[in-house]
Amino acid sequence: MFPFKRPTLLEKAYQIAERTAWALNPWIARIGYRRVERVIKPVEDFAKERLFGCRHCGQCILHSTGMSCPMECPKNLRNGPCGGVRANGHCEVKPEMRCVWVVAYENSLQMPIYGHEMHQIQPPVNRQLEDTSAWINMLTGADKRAPAGWIPIEDICVAQPSPLSHARVRTQRSTAEHPS
Amino acid sequence: MPEFARNAQQPNIHPEEGRSRSQAEREPRSRLERVLRSGRFAVTAELNPPDSADPQEVYDAALVLSSVCDGINAVDASGANCHMSSVAICALLTRAGYEPVYQVSCRDRNRIAIQGDLLGAAAMGVRNVLCITGDDVTVGDQPEAKRVFDLDSIQLLHTARIMRDYGVFLSGRKLTTPPPFFLGAVENPFAPPFDWRPHRLAKKVAAGAEFIQTQYCFDPARFRVFMQRVRDLGLHERCYILVGVGPLRSVGAAEFMRARVPGVYIPDAVIERLKGAPKSQQRAEGKRICIEIIQQVREIEGVAGVHIMAYRQEELVAEIVEEAGLLPRPFRSDAPPPPPRRRHRPTQRIPNP
Repeated sequence: MFPFKRPTLLEKAYQIAERTAWALNPWIARIGYRRVERVIKPVEDFAKERLFGCRHCGQCILHSTGMSCPMECPKNLRNGPCGGVRANGHCEVKPEMRCVWVVAYENSLQMPIYGHEMHQIQPPVNRQLEDTSAWINMLTGADKRAPAGWIPIEDICVAQPSPLSHARVRTQRSTAEHPS
Repeated sequence: MPEFARNAQQPNIHPEEGRSRSQAEREPRSRLERVLRSGRFAVTAELNPPDSADPQEVYDAALVLSSVCDGINAVDASGANCHMSSVAICALLTRAGYEPVYQVSCRDRNRIAIQGDLLGAAAMGVRNVLCITGDDVTVGDQPEAKRVFDLDSIQLLHTARIMRDYGVFLSGRKLTTPPPFFLGAVENPFAPPFDWRPHRLAKKVAAGAEFIQTQYCFDPARFRVFMQRVRDLGLHERCYILVGVGPLRSVGAAEFMRARVPGVYIPDAVIERLKGAPKSQQRAEGKRICIEIIQQVREIEGVAGVHIMAYRQEELVAEIVEEAGLLPRPFRSDAPPPPPRRRHRPTQRIPNP
């Protein structure tokens, strides 16, 4: 497992990768998302598995959860830790593993770009996207497509003081942009 | 925002509105909510679910709790140990005129089953719903089972709120009658990451939590710090916080809970105090500690009540409530008398409503 020593670097790398992906999007669209996915998927899997213990949910929210994969949590919690975290910060289910949310919180404090996204409420996982490429799903918007009845909750850190001293209070993506 | 949401009437509660405006406009949905809204110190208690197909066992357990608390929690296989299901216990309790709090955990059922059960529970007269993540299967008596966790507790809470306020399933399909729930969530102020816990509570409030029941509190000092952060975020004005408390039966029981029950924090001082009492007095000492904790947390600003979890010691709940000076319980006049206490009742028979 990568020791998560430098969340600041990881989020920078993520930001660059995201921007690159969006820059390449017109070409990827022209080639065809599924065709590109066949090439990208093995590379993405290899890197994410080694770095983050990726579970191939196909809707990556690493940057919103302190670069600590929430699907690694045995309970797949995407909105914060359960109440069973041990006193030493380890997992209730796997005593040898640190709670992914303890790691996430620590990391988020060192993440000036995406740290505040810990406050967002993540919609239920779309299990149909399992074993597809999260990067491609990001470009097609499939990863942000919540269930039709799901009402997005505005970023709650807007209304409340944030624990992250650095966190900038950002305006949430407007609901108009939210693909639903 | 989806079409139906735009067209729907204004929901009763909007995350940004807070409690003050929206709650004054509508009737309380349950007796528990009425007690909380009246500003009285609320008491809820946990019913130990029977390992039985006999409804009388539920009524026997409820009888000792009903007169001393405002809501009876029907646990959903707590500790991942199999018992009678919480929705069935709630159905039995509502038939007999009790006020249940329906606990829904994410461990055993996916979103389809959960939404169906929520509707069914509402149809049976259940009004209070407590959305929890649930202990993992590995701590229970059947660790080989498959864990589900299709939703997490916050998604579950928001799903229930969407069903109530927007009258739709998660799929967007319409409900003919939405369930009128009073929604609750849990929080554990005694587990890491401590600094994050108040913010997780904020998430839960934003997702629709109107009342909160906490994990066992054996350390009022630490809880006071947590509540300070909660007040800083203004959450105590947007939800009712009930502090989890419970009597420790003995040193052995305390050591067991500490080691085996996930998320329970018992400071050494409490164990030492129990050890100081002779073996025959430990139960009484455990009860005294519980009462003292109730009296201490009652003084904390933003605490709206206590939630008493007396595992296999339900008979102590009445004594604790009485000795903590929390009797009589309000708004009980309209409650029908509890069913007669009789053993060996045929399983099919139900008490008169």
